[in-house]
Amino acid sequence: MKTIPITDCVWEIPPSEKPGMRVPARIYASEALLAGMDAGVFEQVTNVACLPGIVGAALCMPDGHWGYGFPIGGVAAFGAEDGVISPGGIGFDINCGMRVLRTTLTEAEVRPRLPQLVDALFAAVPTGVGARGFVRLTDEAFADVMREGSGWCVRHGYGWPEDLEATEGGGCLPGADPLHVSARAIARGREQLGTLGSGNHYLEVQVVPADGIHDETVARAFGIEAPGQVLIMLHCGSRGFGHQVGTDYLRRFDGAMRTYGIAVNDRELACAPFRSPEGQAYFAAMTAAANTAFANRQVITHRVREVMGRVFARDPRELGLSLIYDVCHNTAKLERHVVDGIARDLVVHRKGATRSFGPGAADVPAAYRHLGQPVIIGGSMETGSALLVGTAHAMRETFGSTAHGAGRTMSRAQAKKRVWGESLMQDMERRGIVIRAASKSGVAEEAGFAYKDLAAVVDVLHRLDISRRVVSLKPIGNIKG
Amino acid sequence: MGRYEVLETVAIADCALAVEGTDLDDLFTTAARALAELMVDPATLTPSLERRVVLEAVALDLLLFDWLNELIGLKDSEGAAFPGVEVQVEQGPPWRLRARLVGGPLHGGTAALRADPKAVTFHLFRVEPWAGGWRARVVIDI
Repeated sequence: MKTIPITDCVWEIPPSEKPGMRVPARIYASEALLAGMDAGVFEQVTNVACLPGIVGAALCMPDGHWGYGFPIGGVAAFGAEDGVISPGGIGFDINCGMRVLRTTLTEAEVRPRLPQLVDALFAAVPTGVGARGFVRLTDEAFADVMREGSGWCVRHGYGWPEDLEATEGGGCLPGADPLHVSARAIARGREQLGTLGSGNHYLEVQVVPADGIHDETVARAFGIEAPGQVLIMLHCGSRGFGHQVGTDYLRRFDGAMRTYGIAVNDRELACAPFRSPEGQAYFAAMTAAANTAFANRQVITHRVREVMGRVFARDPRELGLSLIYDVCHNTAKLERHVVDGIARDLVVHRKGATRSFGPGAADVPAAYRHLGQPVIIGGSMETGSALLVGTAHAMRETFGSTAHGAGRTMSRAQAKKRVWGESLMQDMERRGIVIRAASKSGVAEEAGFAYKDLAAVVDVLHRLDISRRVVSLKPIGNIKG
Repeated sequence: MGRYEVLETVAIADCALAVEGTDLDDLFTTAARALAELMVDPATLTPSLERRVVLEAVALDLLLFDWLNELIGLKDSEGAAFPGVEVQVEQGPPWRLRARLVGGPLHGGTAALRADPKAVTFHLFRVEPWAGGWRARVVIDI
């Protein structure tokens, strides 16, 4: 497939490359990252470019890799009035996302109690396939969670009021309607609030390395003062509830496309007009799942504070365990963007991609509004993560979007053939990373070598100015499913 | 006796399976076994639960889609996996399935956990007859 360089780190596949492409596909990557992308990325991003009502271009971020439907790292905006909504552009793990908390603790203070801390976190936050949480909900209470998201948690003592301001969308996206959610989705998700899941989900104790602060002004605004400071990062989503919402509507859209005369290149891109009854029902159910994901991360945050308070025998507020920010990865959101000089209401799909709103954007917390929103880029459990800040250029270039992680370079099956989970865990412990996991084979699947070089991905984001480098972070403790 | 293979270079963040069965019963049984083995080492699971499942779909591929999603749903709603499977598929349309499942809880015992399948995708999804019986390709979201 012909890939034309446009500017530094921007590559375009013209509509002439595949029948049915309505707009170009645009890939953001260095030459090396582009060369390392699997064939699925090019096939999938050009399939997205064929969807009805797509605006501008189908985008793929530098962490992009072969997914299902959209590529992972895929971003596409559709006209709210003439475009579609597609579960395959969001993913089954609706509002899988990340949050990061700061502490006033230093690595020197945490190291002596690190094994105890990681053990206690592993005991308090259920992980792995089939795990259940500690929050017991009636159907009515679970419906309130769907409608209120993190706000429900704060109302019930699982968080601090200021956590809401530090969460994308205030931890509650508008439009959720439990009436559009199936009984099966409720049965799968009702007992999973506060669980981490499996795969690439994690809860990590991280530290700012000696050379880790790249922008002191923005870092200070995020509450990060100096190297050695300890942070807590977590990555998880809407669990079985969101997975079932995605499944229900993928199945429904698979049949509904005939009604609307829509054909897609990949059946996983099944979609419906956004303003159709099917499109609106999915949007209401998907938003309910997104709010449940916010609540899931909020309940885990509560558990983290309880554990930290116990392990360090201090009040969590004294430990400075404030939320820096919480970002979504897998969503479709109704946003207003300027396209060709005209403000338009768009349904922005981000699948394995992060919002990166710049200075002055309305949905950025007041404390950061003059700078742009915090962007959390999760790396592998061995190599570390990064905090960046959103930019004005991202608003013009990528519908206010950026990457979400390092991105995989090899499959789970290939990674398991290269390393034993148990030996990798022992090796990580020797390197100072204490790890506890529900599944040892799952650890092998998440080995650092299975991911791209995070620094290379962040470098592209910074050079493109779709988010700017602020702080690098290194893991010292990790729990996984 | 059916067989399955993990396709290592397809949909790299997920799990792509190629499944073969001598007939439809065998195909559906083998696909269910593959899914259970994705979640847990069956040898470490205490077989203490029995469930029966009846499903109906307008097309054969949708019946397989619904069948595997049913098992993924039970994983979350019951916290259990079911490696012991007996399936009978009735030709359609509508296509029908009757199954008996034997399995056990994933937590609270000695189960060696593996991955947490989220959903069956339609990406590259295929069910078709071939010289050896029936085969399917399924990408499971992990």
